[in-house]
Amino acid sequence: MSKLLRLNGLTKAYPGVIANNAVSFDIGTGEIHALLGENGAGKSTLVKMIYGLVKPDSGEMEFAGQPFAPSEPRAARQSGVAMVFQHFSLFEALNVAENIALGMENPPRSNILSKQIREVSAKYGLTIDPDRLVGDLSAGERQRVEIIRCLLQDPKLLIMDEPTSVLTPQEVDTLFITLRKLQAEGTSILYISHKLDEIRTLCEHATVLRGGKVVGTCIPSQETAKSLAEMMVGAKLQTPKKAATELGQPLLKLENLSLQSKDPFGTSLRNITFMLRAGEILGIGGVAGNGQDELMLALSGEELVDANAISLKGEFIGQLGPTPRRMRGLLAAPEERLGHAAAPDMSLTENSLLTAFYRQRLGRRGFVNKQASENFTKAIIQQFDVRTPGITNTAKSLSGGNLQKFVVGREIVQNPTVFVVNQPTWGVDAAAAASIRQALLELASNGAGVLVISQDLDELMEVSDNFAVLAEGRLSKPQNAKGVTVEEIGLMMGGSEIA
Amino acid sequence: MDFSSISIVSLLATLMVAATPILLAAIGELVTEKSGVLNLGVEGMMIFGAICGFIAAVETGSPLIGFIAAAAGAAALSLLFAILTQYLLANQVASGLALTLFGLGLAALLGHKYTGIKPPSSPKLDLPILSDLPVIGPILFNHDYMIYFSILLVAVVWYFLKFTRKGLVLRAVGENHDAAHALGYKVIRIRVLAIMFGGACAGMGGAYLSLIRVPQWTEGMTAGAGWIALAIVVFASWKPWRIILGAYLFGGVTILQLNLQAVGVDIPVSYLSMAPYLVTIIVLVIMSADRKRASLNAPASLGRIFHASN
Amino acid sequence: MIRLEPRTEPSRAMIALTPILAVLATMIAGGILFSVLGKNPFEAIRMIFWDPVLGEHAFYYRGQILVKAAPLIMIALGLSFGFRAGIWNIGAEGQFIMGAVIGAAAGLALYPSQSIFVYPIMLIAGTLGGMLWALIPAYLKIKFNANEILVSLMLVYVAFNFLAGMVTGPLRDPDGFNFPESRSFQQWDAASNPELIAGSGIHWGVLMTLGLVIVAYIVLTRHIFGFHIRLAGQSPRAAKFGGVNPNKMIAICLGLSGALAGMAGLYEVTGPAGKLTTTFPLGYGFTAIIVAFLGRLHPIGILLAGLLLAVTYVGGDVIQANLSLPKASIQVFQGMLLFFLLAVDVLVHFRLRFKRGI
Repeated sequence: MSKLLRLNGLTKAYPGVIANNAVSFDIGTGEIHALLGENGAGKSTLVKMIYGLVKPDSGEMEFAGQPFAPSEPRAARQSGVAMVFQHFSLFEALNVAENIALGMENPPRSNILSKQIREVSAKYGLTIDPDRLVGDLSAGERQRVEIIRCLLQDPKLLIMDEPTSVLTPQEVDTLFITLRKLQAEGTSILYISHKLDEIRTLCEHATVLRGGKVVGTCIPSQETAKSLAEMMVGAKLQTPKKAATELGQPLLKLENLSLQSKDPFGTSLRNITFMLRAGEILGIGGVAGNGQDELMLALSGEELVDANAISLKGEFIGQLGPTPRRMRGLLAAPEERLGHAAAPDMSLTENSLLTAFYRQRLGRRGFVNKQASENFTKAIIQQFDVRTPGITNTAKSLSGGNLQKFVVGREIVQNPTVFVVNQPTWGVDAAAAASIRQALLELASNGAGVLVISQDLDELMEVSDNFAVLAEGRLSKPQNAKGVTVEEIGLMMGGSEIA
Repeated sequence: MDFSSISIVSLLATLMVAATPILLAAIGELVTEKSGVLNLGVEGMMIFGAICGFIAAVETGSPLIGFIAAAAGAAALSLLFAILTQYLLANQVASGLALTLFGLGLAALLGHKYTGIKPPSSPKLDLPILSDLPVIGPILFNHDYMIYFSILLVAVVWYFLKFTRKGLVLRAVGENHDAAHALGYKVIRIRVLAIMFGGACAGMGGAYLSLIRVPQWTEGMTAGAGWIALAIVVFASWKPWRIILGAYLFGGVTILQLNLQAVGVDIPVSYLSMAPYLVTIIVLVIMSADRKRASLNAPASLGRIFHASN
Repeated sequence: MIRLEPRTEPSRAMIALTPILAVLATMIAGGILFSVLGKNPFEAIRMIFWDPVLGEHAFYYRGQILVKAAPLIMIALGLSFGFRAGIWNIGAEGQFIMGAVIGAAAGLALYPSQSIFVYPIMLIAGTLGGMLWALIPAYLKIKFNANEILVSLMLVYVAFNFLAGMVTGPLRDPDGFNFPESRSFQQWDAASNPELIAGSGIHWGVLMTLGLVIVAYIVLTRHIFGFHIRLAGQSPRAAKFGGVNPNKMIAICLGLSGALAGMAGLYEVTGPAGKLTTTFPLGYGFTAIIVAFLGRLHPIGILLAGLLLAVTYVGGDVIQANLSLPKASIQVFQGMLLFFLLAVDVLVHFRLRFKRGI
């Protein structure tokens, strides 16, 4: 097989961290090549260099036999490199055709472009209407827009950064069909993921990155998911085990909770009903953008709902704001660490005050007790093994995993009656993720109710007692997590109820 | 009181004159905001344009050179704002205020020696037959050239934003600067140009005040027109044609209020003079009340600082 | 080529150093401006910064410094809370006027009473007047999502006209030969705010300002409210998650800044200005914005920045008189100061990296 792209000794350093250290590997023509690695392993930096967004400090690339050093994405695109981003580079207030035109060098007139879009979408099974506003599309549809944008330029190399993280299992199957079709036409694909099963079914070769270095190459179909994972993480993994516990009294009840989303492109919640018992972990799955953020806001008290829609230990709290809910034992940790769960430019001590000032009585008559708040912060850091030089460091100076441990720890140390957490391990390295899951399991076994909202199905299956799916703002009926199959979950994500 | 002396025809004709400074400033600010930049320094750029245009026109005797100088001067001033916000990543609200305070002071300093002078008069459109038509003539065909230019400018901006590639890129930058950067567009360069276009338009709006509307130089003569232009952009929901509607509505209120003063309505002048400002507030309230629609129309990156992370 | 590299922590040294850098840069740029205008730059800069404090006639000017600094500091203190929280009240000038007008009207309604309650009533009325005027943009923002920057500014022009209407109408001095001005408060003991120590410039408003600086400092650094203010400004969504009600924040910040501006207006009209006239507003409400930023939105910084700006005001009078420069030149000077401050501010959050080539 001839080589399309050769990387030779690519190195890129940022202050304090070497993101890529002499990375070398090849991608063949018509090959689906996996780039595997944990968060922070240097995958993004590497693809940014290939796509011309970042310049390597040293090392060289060769593309289709020619030296390749794109100075900007435009140059990379002209050479035949196209990229589908993990966080889509789309414009919500513009329509599909306009979005696609923006990603092309010389787009045709709008009516011709619309026709081309329809043709390509028919050919590859990527149904989309060119006149719709992107803001109104689902995550899966948005990805189709990105892919079509790439395909219209007849790329030789298609880079896909974590493409399945926003898709339902059925959508993943459709995507793989499209990718295989492209492969058959001779397009090479660089497929970045940390999902091992996908890589095993789809990719022919894999390069594993760890700490910025290539630590191995392999043929994924000859490996097991476990051996791949160990290559990626570098140590033997232990999956946390949930001890079987008896479920206790009902703690949190939602009854026909509805909430109109304030975001013009958000999802409104409709008649959400469930019950959470002491000692129970209820997992809520679903594709991003189906009401997860809204559900979190309704539970944390940032958005008020009908008083009777939410009750905590029999008390109606729908009309109470975040502080009174915390006082009553309902604590929460939202998905976005920087800017929502924590204030990026404030110290860890100040970030403790954010949710703990009233509940932990870290002051009197509104005056902050410096000593008490520092002690509280130190307790979080110690119990949850948060790696930081000190409590005066800002939240944004922590790595994703450490900050997530802090954010989750801050609530758990406060001994919640019910704890709601959205995407507890998103973008967190494997070691931190395991310890956070362990903490959630322990919290539940100590008699708290835990609600885990997540898009990571494996995670939900691992920790949940019961399981439900959010689809278009509606919640399916929770059922025992042991009895569901991935196919059933896929159907639920698509919005159909299973008996 | 004698309302019959208020002639509807002359009212409509003067309305356009009263509206044009704001129309020019607002269409410029619209382009700036579409690129995702909130420049609150319109008032400062306007008054700086007013004095630059005035000095150039008086010294050369040519109103045209006056307008060109006004556009160039205010665009140069806006470059200060562009450097602060785009390269030095300063807060846009504070930088805009600084621009206004600085522009007001600088204009007063430059205009010190030019108070009480009359500028050269600007030629008016004079078409045979058409300009002499009753009613329609004075309203449509007998204005100075800048009024027609301002309407043409709105049309050009509308076409640019809606139908051209560069207009699409400008809107994309205003919607999501990170995505635009990821696609390889020069966010900062585009924004600097948009800021300077806004500056040039505000400058011409100011010069229209000092050369045609008033026409003379007095300190602080913009009297909040720049701020009203900012409000008109909100009123227009960032749509070019609605800028004309907003500006003319505002012009109408101003003219009506002046006419009521002239015929001696039994309300003290001070209270009548509040009308344009109060109307602006009311308009803002009405247009902002529907939060969802307001957030849908406003450029999503408006006022946010962009710094490429690599 | 120079690149900006984000710092992980804002530099404390730079927070203190940048205002000084900005003042120096303004002196240099101002000097260039004065030499362009054909004046000796060193002489002009000396007259602005040195003569009011330590020059030959400083004994006259020094009192003026406190008289001008007090309202600037008082207004800037109020504004700083809102600015920290991301709530932009830029209509302090209007609230200053309304405080003066409403307070004066409350007093004049009691004329010629010599009761000791006259002044407290005026003070409360003036403070409430400024506060209510600022609560208009707050209400419109909360209820209708209207931009508080534009509304508060429009209300400045409304307040100007209201003042004009009052001094030519209901509040005109009945014994004043039809001049558009109110009765003099300086000649009515119960309603006057006199200079307490001759030549010092100290009046009740100056003392009140000092007290407010201390209170503001304590609230900002020790109290949970100060924390919530900073939180709301830096990270609005985190603030909401932390239980800060954004609407309440808007009302409190605007109300507070309006109240302080109104109070400053009342002290001004009963003291240094002496009566309401159409030329009563001197732009303190706008200059206070510069004071707030130059003082880093911190009470102690604002105290120092207010004194500095007051010096430039007085210095402006000096150069106006001695170098026959227009009054506006000092406004340019103040505008430049804010520009330079915003420019050098980048050093607080970023490090400069010099690199060869690209």
